[in-house]
Amino acid sequence: MNDAFPHSYFPHTETQRAEMLAVVGVGSVDELFADIPERFRNPHFNLPPALTELELGNELGALAKKNAVPGEYASFLGAGVYRHFIPSVVSAMISRGEFLTSYTPYQPEVSQGTLQATYEFQSLICELTGMEAANAGMYDGASAMAEAGLMACRITDRDSVVVLDTVNPRYRAVMDTYLLPQGITINTVALGDLAVNEETACILAQYPNFYGGIESLGDLADTAHQVGALLSVSANPVALGMFKAPGDFGADIVSGETQPVGVSMSFGGPFVGYFTCKDEYIRQMPGRIVGRTVDHEDRIGYVLTLQTREQHIRRERATSNICTSEALIATGTAVCLAALGPGGLRQMANLSYQKAHYAAGVIGEVTGYEVVNGGTWFHEFVVKCPQSPKETTKKLLERNIIGGLDVSDSVPNGMLFCATEMNTKAEIDALADALGQIAKGS
Amino acid sequence: MSEHPSDLRYTKEHEWVRVGDDGTATVGITFFAQDQLGDVVYLVLPKVGSTIERDSKMGEVESVKSISDLFVPVSGEVLEINKDAIDHPERINEAPHDAGWLIKVKLSDETELEKLLSSDEYDQIIAS
Repeated sequence: MNDAFPHSYFPHTETQRAEMLAVVGVGSVDELFADIPERFRNPHFNLPPALTELELGNELGALAKKNAVPGEYASFLGAGVYRHFIPSVVSAMISRGEFLTSYTPYQPEVSQGTLQATYEFQSLICELTGMEAANAGMYDGASAMAEAGLMACRITDRDSVVVLDTVNPRYRAVMDTYLLPQGITINTVALGDLAVNEETACILAQYPNFYGGIESLGDLADTAHQVGALLSVSANPVALGMFKAPGDFGADIVSGETQPVGVSMSFGGPFVGYFTCKDEYIRQMPGRIVGRTVDHEDRIGYVLTLQTREQHIRRERATSNICTSEALIATGTAVCLAALGPGGLRQMANLSYQKAHYAAGVIGEVTGYEVVNGGTWFHEFVVKCPQSPKETTKKLLERNIIGGLDVSDSVPNGMLFCATEMNTKAEIDALADALGQIAKGS
Repeated sequence: MSEHPSDLRYTKEHEWVRVGDDGTATVGITFFAQDQLGDVVYLVLPKVGSTIERDSKMGEVESVKSISDLFVPVSGEVLEINKDAIDHPERINEAPHDAGWLIKVKLSDETELEKLLSSDEYDQIIAS
């Protein structure tokens, strides 16, 4: 620091500041900000003295050590965010400057590589879901499902949706935020009480549902279609590695969260939603769509297509003014799906299924614990514990185990456990042993 | 010479109306409108049997450049929609006043016809 450069990071000298103030015709920096009430200009913050970079690194490192990190801890937490294997090619590819520093371009056709990556993402998602059209991606799985509800209302010209109570409660909260202010009625029902009528725009279901169960999408599609309503499904892409695609059951809109494929858990984001529909509804689909075409010399080129529905052209009458894509994260998912291939994804799904079923088996044998799931389920299951989930979680953490999610608001003393290919047999056996000890009060 | 036939009636929103002998009217968009829109690629029309009110939104016409709302020029019941134009939106560019018609309406209030413009009046509006 010296007189010429009074601050380490701000390059302007006092002389330059004076010159700039003279140009705009004000006497001082304070005068420049005169429109902002004085009490807001330089608020006093009660902060300790600044640390050096070295001290700060040590402090943040110590704070980070307080986290229970999956890998160091055995983790059985899922409930919407999952720990799966991510091939190292994913971070290698999305760390490339061409992807990392680019933004969805406003003159899109100059960025053929970005558009091609998105087109590959869309194509992979279509194949996985059994659907005809996919968009470039959404903000996350929850907002994608909410947009599906809005889209179904536009298509059917109705303003009531039916949501199964087995849908992730956080997704249902986001749906409330998106749909209720637009005057749309949300009926949340148990599968056994499902009722639709000529006012119903769609049934919204999750596959597998929040508690791991697989519901009959074929029956739901029939129920919806009989009254001219749509079926919208939010599907876990890993589950689609082994379970029949929603599109093959007649689903009209399929959305979901691609975090399980190629995206690390990262404390809950950034993630990416995917969004698909039948061809006939493509003009009502929110978000951007990349298309493939040929130029006048028959060379393949990628374009943003159907842009007339989008907010930069159609303003307030756009299909959505509240959607955003996560292009870099979507590229990561595309790279991961391509690296795994159909066989790899199936193996990932099958290992998760087998390990979760093994875990449910050994936990079910521990005195005091009861596995609730029946029928067909994927890699999550609910266990009734002999003590509160809060207490169980605390005692598991003491044993370097991250337990399941507390779902005692829907199942008494219920914990929602998840296992994936990342959990070893030793970890699962240790979890069952620990639960046994905790039940005995230790 | 005007592209807009003198036997049709027009609106400021660039629709034309052809009145039949039997209390029905055929509705489309004008030559000027399709020329401004460019290649039409998609149409959304009201349902047959539905009742439509003058000046309300009845559908959309989408071109490669934009999407425009279609407004009802005369109130009534929708008797027929042009399925050929839905399947082949280029009809609207090829023959906006004939094969590119949009809907047929059973008029509920024939006095509304007096509020429509003549071809001369319409040409003056688009020239200004």
